[in-house]
Amino acid sequence: MIKAELTVKSNRQIADRTWEMILETPSGMTDDFRPGQFINIRIDGLYLRRPISICDWSDDTVTIVYKTVGRGTEAMSRIEAGAKIDVLLPLGNGYNTEAENVGERPVLIGGGAGVPLMYCLCRRLVSEGVVPAVVLGFRTAGEMFYIERFREMNIEVAVATEDGSYGVKGFVTDVMSDPGYTSFFACGPEGMLRAVDRAAKADIPGWFSFEERMGCGFGACMGCSCETKYGSKRICKDGPVLERGEIIW
Amino acid sequence: MVDMKISLCGVQLDNPVIPASGTFGYGREFAELYDINMLGTFSFKGTTGKRRFGNPTPRIAECREGLINSVGLQNPGVDSVIGEELPALAKVFSKPVMANVSGFSIEEYVSVALKLAAQKQVGWIELNISCPNVHNGGMVFGTDPKQAAEVVGAVRKALDSQKASGGSRPLIVKLSPNVTDLAEIAFACEDAGADGLTLINTLQGMRIDLKTGRPVIANRIGGFSGPAVMPVALRMVYQVYERVRIPIIGCGGVSSAEDVLEMMLAGATAVQVGSANLVNPYACRDIIEALPETMKKYGIETLSDITGGAH
Repeated sequence: MIKAELTVKSNRQIADRTWEMILETPSGMTDDFRPGQFINIRIDGLYLRRPISICDWSDDTVTIVYKTVGRGTEAMSRIEAGAKIDVLLPLGNGYNTEAENVGERPVLIGGGAGVPLMYCLCRRLVSEGVVPAVVLGFRTAGEMFYIERFREMNIEVAVATEDGSYGVKGFVTDVMSDPGYTSFFACGPEGMLRAVDRAAKADIPGWFSFEERMGCGFGACMGCSCETKYGSKRICKDGPVLERGEIIW
Repeated sequence: MVDMKISLCGVQLDNPVIPASGTFGYGREFAELYDINMLGTFSFKGTTGKRRFGNPTPRIAECREGLINSVGLQNPGVDSVIGEELPALAKVFSKPVMANVSGFSIEEYVSVALKLAAQKQVGWIELNISCPNVHNGGMVFGTDPKQAAEVVGAVRKALDSQKASGGSRPLIVKLSPNVTDLAEIAFACEDAGADGLTLINTLQGMRIDLKTGRPVIANRIGGFSGPAVMPVALRMVYQVYERVRIPIIGCGGVSSAEDVLEMMLAGATAVQVGSANLVNPYACRDIIEALPETMKKYGIETLSDITGGAH
């Protein structure tokens, strides 16, 4: 974990209630980033930092995509290019794609604010020679983003919207029907994760990225603990990615 | 060259800055960031007899200039702390550490305190009788002078019985601000044999989520801390200083070297830093590094001289 002052390169709205912020990073900073890790941002006027998952990175930038859901993220949307922001990064365990047995046909399932993480994971898997299937869920067509970016990687993307304004009307579980998936990765609201666990075949491995209200984001305060089959874990430090078999729903 | 050394219950500290219990774990996360030997000492996570998972989540809520927590004394239990955490700590921290002890009965307080006091690395026992986030424990003992005196007296007696074997330690008692007359409880603790006091634990508070109409914290009520509470903590340190002779560790919202001086002028011998560690993991390092310049600015050569200077 590094504490750094990063310059905002751009901060723009990309869909309803959805913003993309690109931060400039010194060279070398992003070398060891993993999909599934997050950054914790200090925002003027707010006491606690706000954890946001990393969506993408390059040698000299890191990108986050966030939804405006409260005071913190609304304040973030008003930050202008050129501003300097205080961040802790990278935080959390992330997905260790190389070490895990993902098989030939993993499926990546992202719901709403869980989509950016799946973009980053998709890029990583593609770079490792794996072609995943992608299943995305949004509330409504106006909140959709990044669909084209997935398709530019020649990835098959199935979309569900709750109101049926795009793709299949319903939830991600309504479009993850392929019986040939060899593993899955999911990020989204807890209800969605639970439904994915039930819908996925029992004998394939899977990984979930969880959300929780955090105090510090780096494992000190025990504010975001959860019980697992292997004892208590801190979502911020031992997670946010947990393996399917350890979760107590 | 300014002098930042202080003496806390007979043990010398290089400086008065002490990360507060519950914001610094058992030191590991911070030792990865900077050399924690620069600290005066630190108070480790409140430890109970058995492993505790703590309260349901959400346990954290944002506030103006602070936060509410309701962790509920999550800890691995005293035997794991002795078997795993302390050996790991020994590799990165060579100073005496402050052992924060919690419990749900007098027997539990006594047994955990005795086990920890017998560890070479432990310099002080900090008895937490002020946790606002658990039922039938913690704060129950800290909100009534008689019960406070009873648990402090029992631990004192037990520690004294270990003196010959080297298993005794100075006994510091961490008190709750959620009382009508803190000075009365502080006096009762001193009378029962406390060697020092930590003032203050968190203030009870809550937040309500307007979208759901329900409390943000799963346990509904939690402990409020952060810069917003510093005036309250300062006032309590100031008042208790006039009633007791034992040293006071000032705790509550301290985030800068200036805050350290203010706490000491109110009557603190040393200062604990809590919430600030969570938003800036380097907070204690930054405060210690800023102290010499800040002392010079206010014409202070020997830091320990200013304790109680505001009276």
